[in-house]
Amino acid sequence: MLKGYGAVILDGVWLTLQLALSSMALAIVLGLIGVALRLSPVRWLARLGDLYATVIRGIPDLVLILLIFYGGQDLLNRVAPLLGHDDYIDLNPLVAGIGTLGFIFGAYLSETFRGAFMAIPKGQAEAGMAYGMSSLQVFFRVLVPQMVRLAIPGFTNNWLVLTKATALISVVGLQDMMFKAKQAADATREPFTFFLAVAAMYLVITSVSLLALRHLEKRYSVGVRAADL
Amino acid sequence: MIFDYNVIWEALPLYLGGLLTTLKLLALSLLFGLLAALPLGLMRVSKQPAVNMAAWLYTYVIRGTPMLVQLFLIYYGLAQFEAVRESFLWPWLSSATFCACLAFAINTSAYTAEIIAGSLKATPNGEIEAAKAMGMSRYKMYRRILLPSALRRALPQYSNEVIMMLQTTSLASIVTLIDITGAARTVNAQYYLPFEAYITAGVFYLCLTFILVRLFKQAEGRWLSYLAPRKH
Repeated sequence: MLKGYGAVILDGVWLTLQLALSSMALAIVLGLIGVALRLSPVRWLARLGDLYATVIRGIPDLVLILLIFYGGQDLLNRVAPLLGHDDYIDLNPLVAGIGTLGFIFGAYLSETFRGAFMAIPKGQAEAGMAYGMSSLQVFFRVLVPQMVRLAIPGFTNNWLVLTKATALISVVGLQDMMFKAKQAADATREPFTFFLAVAAMYLVITSVSLLALRHLEKRYSVGVRAADL
Repeated sequence: MIFDYNVIWEALPLYLGGLLTTLKLLALSLLFGLLAALPLGLMRVSKQPAVNMAAWLYTYVIRGTPMLVQLFLIYYGLAQFEAVRESFLWPWLSSATFCACLAFAINTSAYTAEIIAGSLKATPNGEIEAAKAMGMSRYKMYRRILLPSALRRALPQYSNEVIMMLQTTSLASIVTLIDITGAARTVNAQYYLPFEAYITAGVFYLCLTFILVRLFKQAEGRWLSYLAPRKH
């Protein structure tokens, strides 16, 4: 299939999936930290969270990827000798890609989570307090389960954008399916065939995620009456 | 680590040229994207399944694949076909600027069409009933009532799309164009100063984003103030 490049591209698909899933895991952690900062009553912490969300969302992903990849490598090689490490360090594109995409989409997710937390009626937390729950119990037993339901539509959107953004990591040399397709296209001089094949793979990934997350949304919305229009 | 301002100061003309390229790409792709999005948005609210499905398929495929793949398909991909290389379109299709604009316009048209369709579907029933009661034809109803009302209400979402497009234009640097990101990549390649080069580019984009947000706030104040909560 695909002039013998089918297997090579499938290898790239696996790498793309690894990249997307790992960066999403990191983004969820950073997003939760971000939203905790932004909703914190301590003013400078809230400012810090807002700064993270605003600056990252105002700069193109590609610029951030280039900055973190080349800048990070530069920084690493300036700091490493001070710690007694003399060899030149090459940043692993997969690790750098996960770090970069996780950092970028953490900012987007903190916005999604913030909207979801703020959409929970105040009475919910107050009712928890009235039952004598501690604030941690209120957070994990009352707020988080409802936040998950409210955050799923925004999360779905963030996940789809992240999946598509993984293609940009090929620019800094990660051998994901986009990179492999470019190689195959250059070797066979049939760029259209290979880029179309890769486009189809991305479409499969986004379609499957869309179906899966819609199913999840239904599960989390059991017992919630939808507006009947 | 000391920030090297001299290099950035000397490269400033390069960045300003890049700024112009970015603005040109943004304006052209938004213009043609919007022109294509209007009929597509109308198709997306059509009651005829064939018409609706055709527009749905278009927006689904475009929104489900990365911009980079779409750009490569047009810039590198089309050259695979002899017919394209010998056609009268080839002088355009071999130009990186044209291909980038085309790819960006196609991409934004799909997202904008969905925004317009969503806004049309959210039209209050009373507006439609009133138009019908006045005896307006379908065409007149769309021209005088539905579209002006829906396009205004689409403004907040469209402002997000415009900012996303600003960020998307940075991909033009991958197909050799010198936009703001392209300028930063050139500076980094020459002096190997990644922090200085890319942070400068980031500042340019942040400023552009804030200006765009500002402009759309003003536009919303001008055209959407009738929907704002009443102040007592």
